[in-house]
Amino acid sequence: MLLDAFDIFLTTGFWVAAIRIASPLIFATMGELICERAGVLNLGIEGIMTVGAFTGWFTVYAGGDLWTGVMVAALSGALFGLLHGFLTVPLGLSQHVTGIGITLLATSLTYFTYRVALSESTSPPKIEPFQPYPVPGLSEIPFLGEILFMQTPLTYLAFIVVAMVAWVLYRTPLGLAVRAAGENPVAVEAQGISVTAVRVGAVMVGSALMAIGGAFLTMSAFNSFFFEMINGRGWICIALVVFGSWRPGKALIGAILFAAFDAYQVRLQQVTGGVIPYQIFLMLPYVLSIVALIVVARRASYPKALMVPYQKGER
Amino acid sequence: MTAQQSGEVVLNLSGITKTFGPLVANDSISFSLKQGEVIALLGENGAGKTTLMNILFGHYVADAGTVTAFGHELPKGDPQAALDAKIGMVHQHFTLADNMTVLDNIALGTQSLFRPSFDRAKAKQRIVSHAEDFGLSVDPDALIADLSVGERQRVEILKALYRDARILILDEPTAVLTPLETDALFRTLKMLVAKGLSIIFISHKLQEVMAVSDRVLVLRGGKMVGEELTANTDRKALAGLMVGEDIQPPKISEPQTGKTVFKLKGVSAKGVGTGADLQDIFLELKAGEITGLAGVSGNGQAALAALISGTLSPSKGSIDINGEAIRSWSPRSALAHRIGRIPEDRHAVGMIGDMSVTENVVSERYLGSRFSKMGFLNWGAARRFAESIIRDFDVKCPSPEARVRLLSGGNMQKLILGRAFDGDPQMILASQPTRGLDVGAVSYVHAQLLKARARGAAILLISEDLDEVMTLSDQIIVMSKGRLSSPSKRGARTIADLGTLMAGHGFEGASDISSKEPDHAA
Repeated sequence: MLLDAFDIFLTTGFWVAAIRIASPLIFATMGELICERAGVLNLGIEGIMTVGAFTGWFTVYAGGDLWTGVMVAALSGALFGLLHGFLTVPLGLSQHVTGIGITLLATSLTYFTYRVALSESTSPPKIEPFQPYPVPGLSEIPFLGEILFMQTPLTYLAFIVVAMVAWVLYRTPLGLAVRAAGENPVAVEAQGISVTAVRVGAVMVGSALMAIGGAFLTMSAFNSFFFEMINGRGWICIALVVFGSWRPGKALIGAILFAAFDAYQVRLQQVTGGVIPYQIFLMLPYVLSIVALIVVARRASYPKALMVPYQKGER
Repeated sequence: MTAQQSGEVVLNLSGITKTFGPLVANDSISFSLKQGEVIALLGENGAGKTTLMNILFGHYVADAGTVTAFGHELPKGDPQAALDAKIGMVHQHFTLADNMTVLDNIALGTQSLFRPSFDRAKAKQRIVSHAEDFGLSVDPDALIADLSVGERQRVEILKALYRDARILILDEPTAVLTPLETDALFRTLKMLVAKGLSIIFISHKLQEVMAVSDRVLVLRGGKMVGEELTANTDRKALAGLMVGEDIQPPKISEPQTGKTVFKLKGVSAKGVGTGADLQDIFLELKAGEITGLAGVSGNGQAALAALISGTLSPSKGSIDINGEAIRSWSPRSALAHRIGRIPEDRHAVGMIGDMSVTENVVSERYLGSRFSKMGFLNWGAARRFAESIIRDFDVKCPSPEARVRLLSGGNMQKLILGRAFDGDPQMILASQPTRGLDVGAVSYVHAQLLKARARGAAILLISEDLDEVMTLSDQIIVMSKGRLSSPSKRGARTIADLGTLMAGHGFEGASDISSKEPDHAA
């Protein structure tokens, strides 16, 4: 039995699933990371992912193209990001309270819209989701090719997003301004850049990514929208940002690690054949992420001005 | 420096007025700055110097008046416009991001935010060449957090030079520097002027103003009360203008030294905030003496103060009070041993701003039978106590029910003095007791400390103001990197000696530093 449990790691199916499960986490983690790097905690993530899951899927259901669906999801996410940014940056309200408010608002507004728009249907309608797209050439590499290059286009986009976020944060003047806004907003203002613009902009872009993460679930992983389908993934992403010490590369590793635990526990349930209650396995990734946080996050140095509102003209 | 006085006018302020509610921070202030000139803006805390410079730099919007730089009027409330007009500002509190490199901090905002990549190599080359030109050596790739305060200030100056600043404003630049670093700064300023920059130097320290400026403008209560060529004036005249009255220096009698009240033996403890850890501290405080603790902030003073007031426990070593070893140490036991405490940050630690004067003054003793009975507060007694402090310490406040945060810094400090001095403490811990106070309040605090000394209290005065330490203290100890130097009697060490110690040098064999003096002369 122990050998079986280990053999899981050698199957491609396991790794394909891990990458698939990681994809929405990667989008949302990058989104949260951008917000926090600019100094704004975005606890609206869970609600914004719900909004993205619904709007993206609904656009396709109503006859839109799949990529149009992704765009609509991103835009609706950015809109909630604008709301969160407006409340927390120029108005300087508590980022915790506002974020939780955004999650409650966005989630219930989504469910309400779903009920109103689809009042007749008893079972959730289905769409034709993104299909796996083997990358020519690369997908023929044994083992790795199957795992990494036979995924859906949205998964590829997730990895591209990580590279882009890392590039922008560390290689561009804009990224420098974003990071400085999260470290010491006074330094940003003194150099003639508007802290408000940088922070609100970062929250909007970050929220758009969160919404795409939500949309991945309804448009790539599954093909319809359910209530409660985000199921705490947003909160996991908050932890992943800490786990990744606010660095895109490390956060990516964290997301894949968590997803691997998740994929593993499902398979472990089958191997052990019901001797151990399945809830134990469900719990496993969360327990491990708490342990990982304890180990890693104690040393993490977080952005100095995270959750510190900045008001111009006050010192 | 007469040659410079014929230079063209580069900056002109005209009729600047700014009010915050009922407070007139700047009342119709006008002056102009010439090319290659150093103007000192002299004034007490609260005179309106910083407000004026924040208007000039666009952080605040003036109610009236105009700022003209190089012949162009600046739009109001736009720091970018001030930067574009080649005005650079070195703020009193540095505007640097600690977890980022020198290069990142300097280049921030100098390249278009929409560039697809950041030209590091070019920025680095420019920083290095400016650093060489102006003698401001600094490693572009170092993290700000790893730099000393003096180096951070150099980065701030480089930040302005990097943007081709022609006018440099320095707001209280020496407040955080050791005497050595101050000298280095003054050399830098001379070099900047030689290269044609014009400088506004904001300060309340007279000797610095006399040392660096060509012309002095004096602000008091938001008004411009004097303008003198530095060569035509002296410290005494400027002090009179700045304060508006003659302040008598405190009269200091011979100390009536008594028995040892408080002793730390080999105490080590973890640092507070970003401050240094305490390492193997020996400290002896005697009745009737003021012990002055000098040092640059962040060297462990906060931890030592926290230790003495009971909020920090020693990890090693022992505390003796009146010759008895103390076993458990807490704020409560510090109070029980009659230690009066004047905390460093009166807003954050000393007082609770949203509670009343009465509530604040009884906050150390409300549990005792004096102010409570069977778990109920005796408001009558509390109020009478507050009234007695207001009367005895001349606190200006509307009533004992007033919220403390509405009081000025000086009046708040008087309340704290009243609370700390109640019950005739045998020891007083005065941590930065005059920081941010105006001259009148400072001399009041000094007089009260001397009074307590005459009553026989042992006093520890922790201060970053070397003048204050040297004036009041019967013995002086320097703190650096969490260690204490040996004590020296009044006048035994010169400013230069103290400065060397403050910079962390000479701690080994520090006890005989005064006997080394002939070497210096040789």
